[in-house]
Amino acid sequence: MYDVIIIGSGVSGAAAARELSRYRVKACVLEKEEDVCSGTSKANSAIIHAGFDAASGSLMAKLNVEGNRMLPGLSKELDFPFEMCGSLVVCLDQDGLPALEALRDRGIANGVTGLELITDRNRIREMEPNLTETVVAVLYAPTAGIVCPFGMNIALAENACTNGVEFQFNTEVQSIRKTEGGWALETNQGPFETRVVVNAAGVYADRFHNMVSEKKIHITPRKGEYCLLDKSAGQHVNHTIFALPDKLGKGVLVTRTIHGNLLVGPTATDIEDKDSTSTTREGLDQLIAKAGKNVDRLPMRQVITSFAGLRAHEDGHEFIIEELADAPGFVDCAGIESPGLTSCPAVGKRVAEIVRSILSLEPDPDFVGTRKGILDPKTLSMEEHAALIREKPAYGTILCRCEMISEGEILDAIHRPLGAKSLDGVKRRTRAGMGRCQAGFCSPRTMEILHRELGIPVTELTKFGGGSRLVAGTNKDML
Amino acid sequence: MKQIDIVIIGGGPAGLAAAISARDSGVKSILILERDKELGGILNQCIHNGFGLHTFKEELTGPEYAQRFEDQLHARKIDYMLSTMVMEISPDKVVTAMNRTEGLFQIRAKAIVLAMGCRERPRGALNIPGSRPAGIYSAGTAQRLVNMEGFLPGREVVILGSGDIGLIMARRMTLEGARVKVVAELQPYSGGLKRNIVQCLDDYGIPLKLSHTVVDIHGRERLEGVTLAQVDEHLKPIPGTEEFYSCDTLLLSVGLIPENELSASMGVRMNPITSGPLVNESLETNIEGVFACGNVLHVHDLVDFVSEEAKAAGKHAAQYVQGDRQPPGHAVELAAANGVRYTVPSRLDVDRMENLVTVRFRVGQVFQDCYISVYFDNQRVQHLKKRALAPGEMEEVTLKKEILSQYPDLHTITFKVEKG
Amino acid sequence: MKTIELICINCPLGCPLTVNLEEDGTMSVSGNTCPRGETYARKEITNPTRIVTSTVAVTGAVVPRVAVKTREDIPKGQIFPCVQALKDVTVQAPVHIGDVILPNAAGTGVDIIATQNADIMR
Repeated sequence: MYDVIIIGSGVSGAAAARELSRYRVKACVLEKEEDVCSGTSKANSAIIHAGFDAASGSLMAKLNVEGNRMLPGLSKELDFPFEMCGSLVVCLDQDGLPALEALRDRGIANGVTGLELITDRNRIREMEPNLTETVVAVLYAPTAGIVCPFGMNIALAENACTNGVEFQFNTEVQSIRKTEGGWALETNQGPFETRVVVNAAGVYADRFHNMVSEKKIHITPRKGEYCLLDKSAGQHVNHTIFALPDKLGKGVLVTRTIHGNLLVGPTATDIEDKDSTSTTREGLDQLIAKAGKNVDRLPMRQVITSFAGLRAHEDGHEFIIEELADAPGFVDCAGIESPGLTSCPAVGKRVAEIVRSILSLEPDPDFVGTRKGILDPKTLSMEEHAALIREKPAYGTILCRCEMISEGEILDAIHRPLGAKSLDGVKRRTRAGMGRCQAGFCSPRTMEILHRELGIPVTELTKFGGGSRLVAGTNKDML
Repeated sequence: MKQIDIVIIGGGPAGLAAAISARDSGVKSILILERDKELGGILNQCIHNGFGLHTFKEELTGPEYAQRFEDQLHARKIDYMLSTMVMEISPDKVVTAMNRTEGLFQIRAKAIVLAMGCRERPRGALNIPGSRPAGIYSAGTAQRLVNMEGFLPGREVVILGSGDIGLIMARRMTLEGARVKVVAELQPYSGGLKRNIVQCLDDYGIPLKLSHTVVDIHGRERLEGVTLAQVDEHLKPIPGTEEFYSCDTLLLSVGLIPENELSASMGVRMNPITSGPLVNESLETNIEGVFACGNVLHVHDLVDFVSEEAKAAGKHAAQYVQGDRQPPGHAVELAAANGVRYTVPSRLDVDRMENLVTVRFRVGQVFQDCYISVYFDNQRVQHLKKRALAPGEMEEVTLKKEILSQYPDLHTITFKVEKG
Repeated sequence: MKTIELICINCPLGCPLTVNLEEDGTMSVSGNTCPRGETYARKEITNPTRIVTSTVAVTGAVVPRVAVKTREDIPKGQIFPCVQALKDVTVQAPVHIGDVILPNAAGTGVDIIATQNADIMR
């Protein structure tokens, strides 16, 4: 019998787990995929919103601003990449100015600091030389930033794990039933019992909510397609560039990423299939057409990959973070769409407070709130780097030549808590395979290491668990 | 800091030939830095035959061809370091590299030969929509898995792109027991050699669909199929021509890109057409004493020509190190026009050039019964009949110093495709 | 008379060949730019042959596979039997280029030889 079971190990589930691990609690995270950060959290804009988007007074607005304030500290505690690069909302004609002002006023009401409406075109050009000529004003939000979503999600989960939270992967919850002391969960890996359930199941959160509550919710998977450009295009903009929302919708953003690529996206298409992360011709064409509206000379020829993610859009467009009135001990953490990534530290804290109020948890004196990420030798001085290779020669072998990732980093990714088990697991932890050749060169080598270190036969190795096997067999095996 | 006369970046066919030639030109201090655990580069995974017809007058496989050069290297006791990655080259030719045993180290070179080869274009570069399951490989990655590791990427295969690696892999996968259903090519012509279409596709009854591309990719975990569609003259898919092919593997052979991140970061100027360095008659880049050859300079069809080019680069690097060069003299620009996409080199110095300089180039489309013309400014000086020209096949024209010397006012040599 | 169009595979030129086949079995070849083209065309009509390349497993070496080929070209129809014959072949390092890996492969009378060196793992 667990005290708490968290369904889902995306940023919300992982943040909740980490916050709960501050207490003496027997907690477990159930994840249907083979790794953390496998749903909405892995495919998004990877930006930290300042907090002027959400309606004033909403939970979204509150947690966005609170999460934004927590992030700089959290990124240091948990050693994941984050940079406060600032964002600009671009207004292209005088008619848009009232909307831009409204955005600023809403930001101020939400508690966003440092917002500045800039109309001096020279200054705008200085800040962002590649903005389109016709720009008349921008709303500058210095507290916006960029983050590695994998890095943050993995850091939160690893820290939770180190502090005693269990993680069960490839475990899909099939049904939830009220019991005397709490909840019984049927999964594809057998039954689990718990006193409290936290429902952080992303696009599936409505499914679990509706199993236990009469007050139904409905989550629409809202697909967002993106194009990622090579690092050679990474300096094209300095800030995250948003379009000013108009009657045609939100427009697409252009941002550099924390690792120096350029990201363009997302589209917004409501779909039925909660599993469909396919990109579409229409979506990609739309992106290419829209991206150039605010930013000139976008080098779209340098796209190295495109991808799609699903936002968990609840009909009420609001975060639902509460213990259900008609299902005591069942805590929703649902409808976490944008700005969910920004809000997650605050979301986790709020979930933990709710659970704490149900279970009256004691602080765990052994809680360790810090974690060291995977050592990036590029951050070392030449002398330190040389010393590292002397001590651990695996750091002297480069496996991913595009991102210059060494075998040492890959070994670290495999052997740390909640380590990588698949090619994508290694990729999200180290960036091996994320560069311009998109794993063409390093994947056979990474496969060899996964095989050697984990004892998994090569024919059983996967791209991301489940049936995503990388090779079908051996030469001539069917001849 | 260690001092070396010529540091060669890459121990594939280009690096090997450059090193041998530099030694034969009298340079003692030569070092090859190779990132893989053996010399030979991509040839090690090219186990098919067809290499060396020009160089050795016999038909060798890739590993055999590489071994011939390695033997020459060993006979000359030329130094090389394996599993060594070059991290950075400074404009003043300090090479920072690392490996497991030496750690991080620096070498000051008098001359550098860039011979890093090329990489494959990935799916993302084409922006093919669809899902992102396992089972999508670039043809070269699959070639490595099959030929060097002994693993079969999949059982039912569709290949996009009819470049030579794609064609070769169609046969390789077939002979290892996979079923190759179709090779689709976006262009109305194949990017590969005709002989490879005959012996890799026709021999095994594998259809080649020209003017077709992949418009959708299906399957969540492992690839389940692709949708092909015909494209119009603007290479846009034609609605209504979609056809589903079930397959568990999609191999991409959609182009090679010279791997010049190191070159660019040291300040070497690039040709946007080839994605390789701009070089002169000595295959020297804009940085004095930095030479380039092989697929890092421009993508070749035949390794024999890589070896030939690299031999020239090695010799010029040796002459540079030995101070055995004419002072700069009469400079001439080389220009590509009328269907010729680029030339290598892109400029030459008549006083410095050897008696013969080979100019290599590609055309931008298929031409039948035409001429390759060479203009010295406005005067046509060569008019070479060609039965067929195709983008997939590199062309060459030889320029003679004795002729160029007769044109003291020559400014530009232009290469054109001309009709009848 | 029958006319057959071929593409010569001897070298990368890929000459388009035209073979005129008379009733009495005599042949004339045109389109070739070298004598090998004619030889190829005659063979391709009467008994098409190919060099076959593949790999076999190697133990005790730094590499898991070693590349091989038929020493000479073999009849096209023998390609698959030849590859099948290599299925369960495992050789012991060291292997040198030219070593016979499988004599008289699939009864073709042609040996399969190594095309790659495989050094012993230290």
